[in-house]
Amino acid sequence: MPDDGASAKAATAPGLAAAQETRRQRTRLLIRSAGMLPVLVLLCFGFHLLSDGRFFTAQNLGIVVQQAAVNTVLAAGMTFVILTGGIDLSVGSILAASAMAGLIVSKLPDVGALWLPAAVLAGAAFGILNGGFIALLRLPPFIVTLGSLTAVRGVARLLGADTTVFNSEIPYAFIGNGSLTLVPGVLSIPWLWVIALLVILVFWLVLRRTVLGVHIYAVGGNESAARLAGIKVWAVLIFVYGVSGLLAGLGGAMQAARLYAANGLQLGQSYELDAITAVILGGTSFVGGIGSIWGTLVGALIIAVLSNGLILTGVSDVWQYVIKGLVIIGAVALDRYRLQGSART
Amino acid sequence: MIDPILEMRRVSKSFFSIKALRGVDLTVYPGEIHALMGENGAGKSTLMKILSGAYRPDPGGEIRIEGKPVNFNGPHAGRAAGISIIYQELSLAPNLSVAQNIYLGREVSRFGILAREAMEAGVGPILERLGADFAPSTLVAGLSMGQRQLVEIARALHARSKILIMDEPTTALSAGESERLFGLIRRLRAEGLAIIYISHRMDEVYALGDRVTVLRDGTLVGSLDKPEIRADTIVRLMVGRDVSSFYKKEHDAEAVHGAAVLAAVDIADGRRVKGCSLIVHAGEVVGLAGLVGAGRTELAHLIIGAAAKTAGHVEIEGRTVDIRNPGAALEAGIAYLTEDRKALGLFLDMSCLDNINLAVLGHDARPGGILDRDKARDRAKKAFAALGIRAADIRVAAGGLSGGNQQKVLLSRLLATTPKVLILDEPTRGVDVGAKSEIYSIIDNLAKAGTAVLVISSDLPEIIGICDRVIVMRAGLIAGEIKRTATAPLDQEEIMALATGMERLDA
Repeated sequence: MPDDGASAKAATAPGLAAAQETRRQRTRLLIRSAGMLPVLVLLCFGFHLLSDGRFFTAQNLGIVVQQAAVNTVLAAGMTFVILTGGIDLSVGSILAASAMAGLIVSKLPDVGALWLPAAVLAGAAFGILNGGFIALLRLPPFIVTLGSLTAVRGVARLLGADTTVFNSEIPYAFIGNGSLTLVPGVLSIPWLWVIALLVILVFWLVLRRTVLGVHIYAVGGNESAARLAGIKVWAVLIFVYGVSGLLAGLGGAMQAARLYAANGLQLGQSYELDAITAVILGGTSFVGGIGSIWGTLVGALIIAVLSNGLILTGVSDVWQYVIKGLVIIGAVALDRYRLQGSART
Repeated sequence: MIDPILEMRRVSKSFFSIKALRGVDLTVYPGEIHALMGENGAGKSTLMKILSGAYRPDPGGEIRIEGKPVNFNGPHAGRAAGISIIYQELSLAPNLSVAQNIYLGREVSRFGILAREAMEAGVGPILERLGADFAPSTLVAGLSMGQRQLVEIARALHARSKILIMDEPTTALSAGESERLFGLIRRLRAEGLAIIYISHRMDEVYALGDRVTVLRDGTLVGSLDKPEIRADTIVRLMVGRDVSSFYKKEHDAEAVHGAAVLAAVDIADGRRVKGCSLIVHAGEVVGLAGLVGAGRTELAHLIIGAAAKTAGHVEIEGRTVDIRNPGAALEAGIAYLTEDRKALGLFLDMSCLDNINLAVLGHDARPGGILDRDKARDRAKKAFAALGIRAADIRVAAGGLSGGNQQKVLLSRLLATTPKVLILDEPTRGVDVGAKSEIYSIIDNLAKAGTAVLVISSDLPEIIGICDRVIVMRAGLIAGEIKRTATAPLDQEEIMALATGMERLDA
């Protein structure tokens, strides 16, 4: 503590500079987390104008969120993985395999109602397998999940003997097509979107309010330091890949309930790319350690709005691919630009 | 009287409203080694960048080389005027040969085809003159750090530089390589080169410096001639006040006579550590000295379970504990401060709050692993007050703090676990003089409170200043132990003799 006026005065100058630095950091943080929200709003209004007012209708918004739901769920798991500095390329394949497993269980007598947990657990099992290879054998995540992208796709096709499995009587079908009525006749939300929002909420709580959340950021920020600080890095890694798989399983269940069917070959093709794009658009840094789940939600909505808006305005299918591709590159460029302001260089 | 080769008069440099250099007058003569000292942020690197031409000085100042005013107005201006700079991080391309590196940017070619042999022939005599033991065609990737430095010097000589600026050239060198470098620097001085030698290390400055100039807050606060170069005079200039009790040692392990807390028994890893035993008592500060590469950090890593032991065990308060990872070490009461706080210690993007609480989050948490944020905030605020961490707020990212404050944040994380044993690996590396002194008094207070402290340090005056006892390692073994007594303080020569193995000559 300063014991005389002179040293107290001497302390104000650096104190002031430090306060400015804090303000700068806070602004940066705000820009990072709010980052893409203005883009989302602009896109919505832009498409509304370009489509002669067909965007902001209850029906169209319902379609948008329904389309965004599965990707939001996958992207939430992907956020955990990318926060640790990893990547999960296998979520699309896991989604397909889990949906197949779910449909097969749903057709069994007596235990058919258990198809939902079966799908989710199948996804979690694949994810834990991924995590085990990455955490215990110390293999690079890109390679491991690239391998399971292919292998699990094969498993998905094997499960249905390479055919489409139907079940028009599937239990809990309402989660795929029904809506939760909030105000009768006025406001209802598709169950798919309710599930997605719940996932986001739970994941936000885990990241912000639990020890595990801080450990996830720590592993992504500096893995060696995390190990020396006594964090069980292997456990964190198995957890995040397990959770990513679990959510892919949930996504599979959502798709199965919506379609009353699953096909090992076609379901979930290249879903991993949409999930990764959503995470990066949301401001999570590709090298790990920085990012938020709300950003991911915004990122997933941007992708859904983009798809929906391009269709509404009559852009051809071919051009939609080109535009979405450019958005991915733009997002990564943005990531680079953001990292320049970070303390880590 | 010789004419100065470099004269800087009233050279200033401001960035917006911040003055990085204020009216610096610096005179350097040919055939002199001019040591430049100052804390981090004192303006040494700004001065250097002006001399390289990377920064343009503010109008009003003047720079003369051999009496002629020069205009520094581009990144190559320094080199053109005969100034070469060897940066801390060497700027060689490892995938190219020695000759290609020396000719980089000025390649000799015939019809657009590189004249490799001509370049190698041109480099040969210079390498010979420097006593290099490698050929011009060698790939730089295969050279040691010391040899790479030689290539940098050869590049400077090849460009016919008259002034050579070296920025902390020994940071990455072994003791033997440093000695060879010093010999070379002295030879270059004899040949008439002016050498500006930037270093934090007092022993190097004593050994080499003909003159010492000290910068503080962008101002040149004084120059010392050879006879005046002493630790107290330099530190006084750097800090700006008398440092009567720079090293603080009030605790007295002799009088307290604490019980043995940490005992490492026959620890080995089969490679760098070959069976080491040591004991640290409660309330005692023990130094672990030795040359770089003696295995001190490796031994610490084995004790805390960051690396796998092939033999030996660790005892805490007489009980054998099985430590297989750093988490287990923390649970057993051993906290370790890494020597590389940026790569292995801090989370630079995370707040001070999170950095400080990281090791005790699980312990503090509510059931179900829910963070107790009030407790965490409390802990961080107390740590800020107790260790005098200077940052605007506990939520500021750790990466934005100065070296000294970063070190204190990291130390706070360890202290939060209330360790019985604290192993500090180079606790004052890259920390300015003021924070150094504060860290010494933190260590002293911990010892007074009964913590067993093991300090690994390459800074011998530091070890002598704060330790009760020194254990010296050499080549993976404990070479010996020296105790401080009331009548005889620790002796630098004795420690060096053990560290280098020279004592056998006396026997």
